[in-house]
Amino acid sequence: MLFFMETVISGLLAGIMYSLVALGFVLIFKASGVFNFSQGVMALFAALTLVGLLSGTVPFTHVDNPSFAIPAWAAIPLTIIVMIIVAILIERFILRHLVNQEHIILFMAMVGLSYVFEGAGDIIWGSDVKVIDLGLPHGAWDWLLDTHGLYIEKIELVAAAAAVVLVVVLAAFFQKTRIGRALRAVADDHQAALSVGISLRYIWIIVWSVAGIVALVTGVVWGAKSGIQFSLSLIALKALPVLILGGFESIPGAIVGGLIIGVGEKLAEVFGGEVIVAIFGRWFEIDPGIFTATENWFAYVLALIFLLFRPQGLFGEKIIERV
Amino acid sequence: MLYRESGQFKTSYDADQAVFPILQDRLCIIAILAFAFLAVPFFINDYWANAVLIPFLVYSLAALGLNILTGYCGQLSLGTGGFLAVGGYSSFKLMTSFPELDMILVLGGAGVTTALVGLLFGLPSLRIKGFYLAVATLAAQFFLIWLFYKVPWFYNYNATGQINVFPREALGFLVTTQKADPVVRYLFTLSIVVVFALAAKNMVRGRFGRMWMAIRDMDIAAELIGIRPFLMKLTAFTVSSFYIGVAGALIFSVWLGAAESGETYGINESFLVLFMIIVGGLGSILGSFLGAGFIVLMPIGLKNLLVDWFGMSAVFAKHLEITTFGVLIIFFLIVEPHGLARLWQIIKEKLRLWPFPH
Amino acid sequence: MKLRNWLVAAAAAVVAMPLAAVSASAYELTIPSMDYRTGPYAPNGIPFANGWTDYWTMLNERDGGINGVKIKVVPCETAYNTKQGVECYEKTKKEGSGALVYQPLSTGITYQLIPKASVDNIPIHSMGYGRTSAANGKIFKWVFNFPATYWSQASALVKYIGDKEGGMGKLKGKKITLVYHNSAYGKEPIRTLEELSKKHGFKFTALAVDHPGQEQKATWLKIRRDKPDWILMWGWGVMNQVAIKEAASIRFPMDHFIGVWWSGSENDVKPAGAAAKGYLSGAFHQPGKNFQVHRDILKHLYDAGKAPHPDFKDRVGEVLYNRGLVAALWGSEAVRAAMKIHNTKEITGAMMRDGYEALDVDAARLKELGAEGLTIPVKITCANHEGPRKVAVQQWDGKAWKIVSDFYDPDMDVIQPLIDEDSAKFAKENNITPRDCK
Repeated sequence: MLFFMETVISGLLAGIMYSLVALGFVLIFKASGVFNFSQGVMALFAALTLVGLLSGTVPFTHVDNPSFAIPAWAAIPLTIIVMIIVAILIERFILRHLVNQEHIILFMAMVGLSYVFEGAGDIIWGSDVKVIDLGLPHGAWDWLLDTHGLYIEKIELVAAAAAVVLVVVLAAFFQKTRIGRALRAVADDHQAALSVGISLRYIWIIVWSVAGIVALVTGVVWGAKSGIQFSLSLIALKALPVLILGGFESIPGAIVGGLIIGVGEKLAEVFGGEVIVAIFGRWFEIDPGIFTATENWFAYVLALIFLLFRPQGLFGEKIIERV
Repeated sequence: MLYRESGQFKTSYDADQAVFPILQDRLCIIAILAFAFLAVPFFINDYWANAVLIPFLVYSLAALGLNILTGYCGQLSLGTGGFLAVGGYSSFKLMTSFPELDMILVLGGAGVTTALVGLLFGLPSLRIKGFYLAVATLAAQFFLIWLFYKVPWFYNYNATGQINVFPREALGFLVTTQKADPVVRYLFTLSIVVVFALAAKNMVRGRFGRMWMAIRDMDIAAELIGIRPFLMKLTAFTVSSFYIGVAGALIFSVWLGAAESGETYGINESFLVLFMIIVGGLGSILGSFLGAGFIVLMPIGLKNLLVDWFGMSAVFAKHLEITTFGVLIIFFLIVEPHGLARLWQIIKEKLRLWPFPH
Repeated sequence: MKLRNWLVAAAAAVVAMPLAAVSASAYELTIPSMDYRTGPYAPNGIPFANGWTDYWTMLNERDGGINGVKIKVVPCETAYNTKQGVECYEKTKKEGSGALVYQPLSTGITYQLIPKASVDNIPIHSMGYGRTSAANGKIFKWVFNFPATYWSQASALVKYIGDKEGGMGKLKGKKITLVYHNSAYGKEPIRTLEELSKKHGFKFTALAVDHPGQEQKATWLKIRRDKPDWILMWGWGVMNQVAIKEAASIRFPMDHFIGVWWSGSENDVKPAGAAAKGYLSGAFHQPGKNFQVHRDILKHLYDAGKAPHPDFKDRVGEVLYNRGLVAALWGSEAVRAAMKIHNTKEITGAMMRDGYEALDVDAARLKELGAEGLTIPVKITCANHEGPRKVAVQQWDGKAWKIVSDFYDPDMDVIQPLIDEDSAKFAKENNITPRDCK
């Protein structure tokens, strides 16, 4: 039972890690209707930039020069500034030219953008595994493990806290500020927003900057587990099922979707083999090991099943079709 | 001037319904085919066959398949890699189970198997649309890849799950493994692609193609005029998967000679083929070829340009190549969202008047 | 207009490329280098490629080549991708005087090239990876996979475990879990370990981790529940770093956690930091740069400003660097052997194959080469392309890797039948008659 609980809790926490990635997608999709596939690579790029600044890597040479190293309190704002510049560049060179294009064109442009980020990240910062040291805690939560035998990783609690803070801040930003209201107006109707004098370009830059900051948080939290390296960009694929489950436009959807996917896939991976053997074992000889490494597809199948019942996702806007 | 169709009268229904009703188009196609069949074999070597021409042809075939589904029927799919894998692995199973089978039959069998699998994964498309469908097809991609790793039957219980091709013949010519003459392998692939391209060209301008396009343009309206969306979406999935399956089988048997599901048919393939049809032109047969040409040849050309001409180090050239690839794709989408096929159309319009544009 | 320019440029490059390749000059020993300095596995590819390239280049700088013949290293970037690997192979095989040997480096590319090798007459040295049954030289004439294969390694690691438990008899009832990368590479040891578990009576479980392995919580929860006595890992890329971190988190004793030799480099343990201390991995060569050959490389390349990749000076002597270096060292010895056998300085791929087959680098020869004790002596025969089959275990002490065990011989009673069976199957499917190795 304790183990089951442990699995569920780990699933919930892993789910929050997925939600972090998904948040960036949702923000941009809400405001600009762009399905930003490059969010994963953006996380990599942001984290690479932060590590580069922290360790004093000279851009383009890949050589560390400790005398250029910048302390964390300065490096983090600097990275945020870099991400804002990136947002401005993306707006200036891509989005501006693709207004009113079909979704699929925008989507492919974002996939193209992810190639650009990947190449640029490699050229500027090199393709080695980098270690990020921001003093984030490592390992299991000792007290819980020693007294109750319950195993929870500290970094995942940090991720959960980061997610909560992000959601609260974003919610406040969306609800309470002038820019937030403008953002919501744009999300509701581009044309109407334009007609009351909201600058779309300005809004896009803001949204992409916010997504860049979310990417930085994601990159740091995920990177704390694995080191900062190319594979970090593949976390985008982890976020997609979360997105379709939660709906592309909904921030709560991203969180709830993440939790469902996280728990679902952990339960499947841990207990799936046993369940299958229990059901079919009577008729066939099945190796329980066959149901391992399911984490790549199980989330998608789970999301697919949900979709069959709610084609717009759990929290997505109802699709109304007219002829 | 060069491309004027005035004066070409159609005096029979046959002429009116010809695949290429315009003389210039016909001549052009004949010239390209003659070049491909008669001239290319004379200068082909291993490098051209294995690194340039066969990949181009095979990917053209896959792009044709995806274009039928996405370009003509409007169903976005990111499961191409998975379906290619079905083609590859089923051709392997057919080859090992029936060693005497002619390669053409093997490819056909692989296509049929993939078509059935595609039919199965097409079922959700009736309820799920747009991006949601795209992500749902990723379920097919990841599941199929996983399946080919996990079920030993697919790779004949060998130790690793790598599958290898064996020497097999088509109509008496050895077409698989490195022992086969590159010319033969090239001609074999070319013939298959040409046949499939002509079939696709005919299909999309016939009854099915028109119904697919109706679904694509607005499925509810199509339903109102009596087209059954369910049936049409499923046929699109089936036909498209058939093409993709044959392409997957060719990748394994004729081009690479060995395959491993996640490595050869991974998620990247899905994106690449989607890129091809978008850069080439959605809903265009010609576009599938142009797109495949662009996506396959551009990195190779760029690499050779950067490394051999500019003398860059291989690694820096690679990074630059990835970046340039991304930039070019964005550039294309901005300049011509309807793809290279649309550019060709514009050129045709220009040629019609040239050299007297006013 | 712009667009057309691009197309023209691209087309021109493609057309011009084979022309450029034809322009051959004086004879040079052409050594292709299938690098992967980009993509998800780049952190591992960079040091290996550096070691491989540096050694050949050092021979040029220090000795003026081999027996006076200059060496030309031709790098080609594969990004660890099979399709790009094929392009690289076709592009480099005719380069200069013809490629002499391929070190394909990825399981996928190796499987691609095995059938091509015998047609193009270029040997393949898949050093400790690739197809295990290629150890049978009677059938795989063109492929060499010395100094040991995954199967030998699996067996040697089990022997190490037996040693630590106090004898192979003590293995009975112990639980050994394999955490593997869900790919051809990761699956290699499964069959061997299953056979060994039958023989020694330990309980064997295999847990797959899907590519890329960024998220493997569930796997480690299972391990936490099952509490295996030992964990073996066949991991690759980001999977290694995450696995080591997860193992530390669940407080699995690191000195009971053994990785394959591709899971035991500086990169793999770095992100886990101090928590990785005690982690073990397979090895067939020493880490570190306290060898004459390293001093020569530093002196003739890095200090003389002639290193192909001068940024990586600090990383000379890393585990994977040394692996690339050892591969090149054996390669250069094969070149010498080939020159001797055929009594010519202009060797071809086919002669190089004979050189590999006659390879005999014993301890004395290693000393002459400035690599005393760097690796094990290797002697290849016609029938045995796996050579010495010896595997040691190295340990991460928090700062550096260090070999902490003897070199173990694998249990050939178990492995030989597997190799024979697999290679016979290959021979049958491809109509190969085994060579007579008398």
